[in-house]
Amino acid sequence: MKFLDEYRDRQIAAKLVDEIQRIQTKPWVIMEVCGGQTHSIVKYGLDYLLPAQIELVHGPGCPVCVTPLEMIDRAHAIARRPDVIFCSFGDMLRVPGSNGDLFQIKAEGGNVRVVYSPLECLKIARANPEKQVVFFAIGFETTAPANAMAVWQAKAQSIRNFSILVSHVTVPPALTAILESPGNRVQGFLGPGHVCAVMGSREYEPIAARYRVPIVITGFEPVDLLEGVMMVVRQLEQGRAEVENQYVRAVYSHGNTGAQRMVESVFEACDRSWRGVGLIPNSGYKLKDEFREQDAERIFAVGDIRTREPEICISGQVLKGSKKPHDCPAFGTQCTPQTPLGATMVSAEGACAAYYNYGRHLVTIGGRPGAV
Amino acid sequence: MSTTDPGFTLSCPLPINERKTIVLGHGSGGRLTAQLIRDLFLPAFGNEFLNKLDDQAVVHAGDARIAITTDGFVVTPLVFPGGDIGKLAVHGTVNDLAMSGARPLYLSAAFILEEGLAIEELSQIVRSMAEAAKAAGVTIVTGDTKVVNRGSADKLFVTTTGVGIVPDGVNISASNARPGDRVILSGTIGDHGMAVFSKREGLELEGSILSDTAPLHELVAAMIAAGEIHALRDPTRGGLATSLCEIAAGSRVGVEIDARAIPVRENVRGACEILGMDPLYVANEGKLVAFVERSAAESVLAAMRACPEGRDSVIIGEAVEAHGGMVLLKTEIGGTRILDLPFTEQLPRIC
Repeated sequence: MKFLDEYRDRQIAAKLVDEIQRIQTKPWVIMEVCGGQTHSIVKYGLDYLLPAQIELVHGPGCPVCVTPLEMIDRAHAIARRPDVIFCSFGDMLRVPGSNGDLFQIKAEGGNVRVVYSPLECLKIARANPEKQVVFFAIGFETTAPANAMAVWQAKAQSIRNFSILVSHVTVPPALTAILESPGNRVQGFLGPGHVCAVMGSREYEPIAARYRVPIVITGFEPVDLLEGVMMVVRQLEQGRAEVENQYVRAVYSHGNTGAQRMVESVFEACDRSWRGVGLIPNSGYKLKDEFREQDAERIFAVGDIRTREPEICISGQVLKGSKKPHDCPAFGTQCTPQTPLGATMVSAEGACAAYYNYGRHLVTIGGRPGAV
Repeated sequence: MSTTDPGFTLSCPLPINERKTIVLGHGSGGRLTAQLIRDLFLPAFGNEFLNKLDDQAVVHAGDARIAITTDGFVVTPLVFPGGDIGKLAVHGTVNDLAMSGARPLYLSAAFILEEGLAIEELSQIVRSMAEAAKAAGVTIVTGDTKVVNRGSADKLFVTTTGVGIVPDGVNISASNARPGDRVILSGTIGDHGMAVFSKREGLELEGSILSDTAPLHELVAAMIAAGEIHALRDPTRGGLATSLCEIAAGSRVGVEIDARAIPVRENVRGACEILGMDPLYVANEGKLVAFVERSAAESVLAAMRACPEGRDSVIIGEAVEAHGGMVLLKTEIGGTRILDLPFTEQLPRIC
């Protein structure tokens, strides 16, 4: 398949691995920021193709994983209402709140639907004028433009029974938080390819300069990821700390300005809590006041629902890259995708779920879990 | 809760340890389904036939060995590209019998109809079912009809039971695979699941995807005539990966599969890429995976390719002594990963 097969080519992958081996002289710790990148790395076994001294740690870029428990409880409170059709991206259905998950709410009679785009919700709202249609707007800068568009169109078309529950977060403040956290080990980043397709790469330049870390904006296919690693290693070995773009087929330095304008017209920056990480200032979006009629948190008065995060579950440390999923004694035993203890096990993009789904709880060979 | 490390305490409440209600995942064919069978059905019904957990039971009646299977069909929409619920019911039941090597003979059909269903819609399904039965050489010999209130069913559910005769000398079961066996797949994977999904979601994809629904008993008969078959499965719910896991576990053999050998149509692959799904876990309704005695593999493969349902057959891997019960996939780029049972239905990923 065009634009896929060439990025999954065995010979190209082998050449990149050879080149990484050739240029690497010291051990390096590199974080891939996106959940989608983690998924690909584990799915294709890329970390095992790399030299043992290149350690990949898995970053906070799984939107399902970082959505705080109290926001999930708020979503569930809305989804349980008989007057609501609650719409969500698919993998949010399995995320447990304090009392069950959306599957459970659906089984008990809640009207819960999986959508691929928030714009589908507008159709549902028009077809069900007697119901309130609520979309759970989670995610990074990647999903924000379409969510903003849905809100903007609902207002423009006077669709009064559509609202969104906003839990948007943004990547750059999270990278800063990781770099400033005590005991940080991350020396270079594979930057978030799809986030940068929207936002461009410029906002990463001050981070690279201030913290002296290379950031290579990287795609999601095996060859992309190996090339991204090679570019980070080359910078580290040469003592450079710059923003480079591996994902040139999708990312421009200025990003998608139309999408940015849509986000700016509907959302404004706010402080957000990240599951397992805590409050990060200015790390998310909320609806601007002029769109308050589309704000589900206000309409359904769920803002007062407060839930404390469970203290266990090392997902916070996994999300910051200081621990690996298999460092947790509960991994694969008490904590499985069927009975997740933490969000990193819930989403397919979560590091723990990626490890689990690709069988890394089953075997340990040569000190590397799942290496066979 | 205790853990292996006394210094590490779990203060977090296990959110959903055991479910108190049925959720859709219990019907996914994955771990939740297996849990339900293990914890609820087997303790109540368990016996030497059921405990084998094959798609059919082979029982003795006098000198004859009879294969029996039953299957419920609840697919939405009732008509999809390449088939409909009636055709699917006949083929699914015929195929469950065929996977024991049996010659399918008779079917029963029970219809649960929702008040308000158009007679013409029912008639279309029934005609299609009759044609499929005739083409497959099976006779529908008994049946039942029930009507429920509007909202108590989704238009139409069909349950079919099938009976067939297992020829002498044939002994095929998911527990009979042996190290050294070659693993043969009868064609492309993912067609049925993605055809139904695209139609249900109203996806407009380039080039329509057709369900592969087809009866496989003639293909199986040709295979049996060509060489020694140890294990057979039709990878329906849960897809090829689930069938391979079930055979690996049932036979306590390791299985090694080459991802590059597995045929997937371009349009199916494209749809899976867009939707974030893995074709290895997508349902098929006209494919089988066979574990075949190594020395017979080439002749069985040739016999399969001579049948219309098996013309794209290919060897995708082998059974091995090592890592018993586990399926390893050599990835496209030369890595290795473990294929495991899905825990529930595949969920579309967010990005």
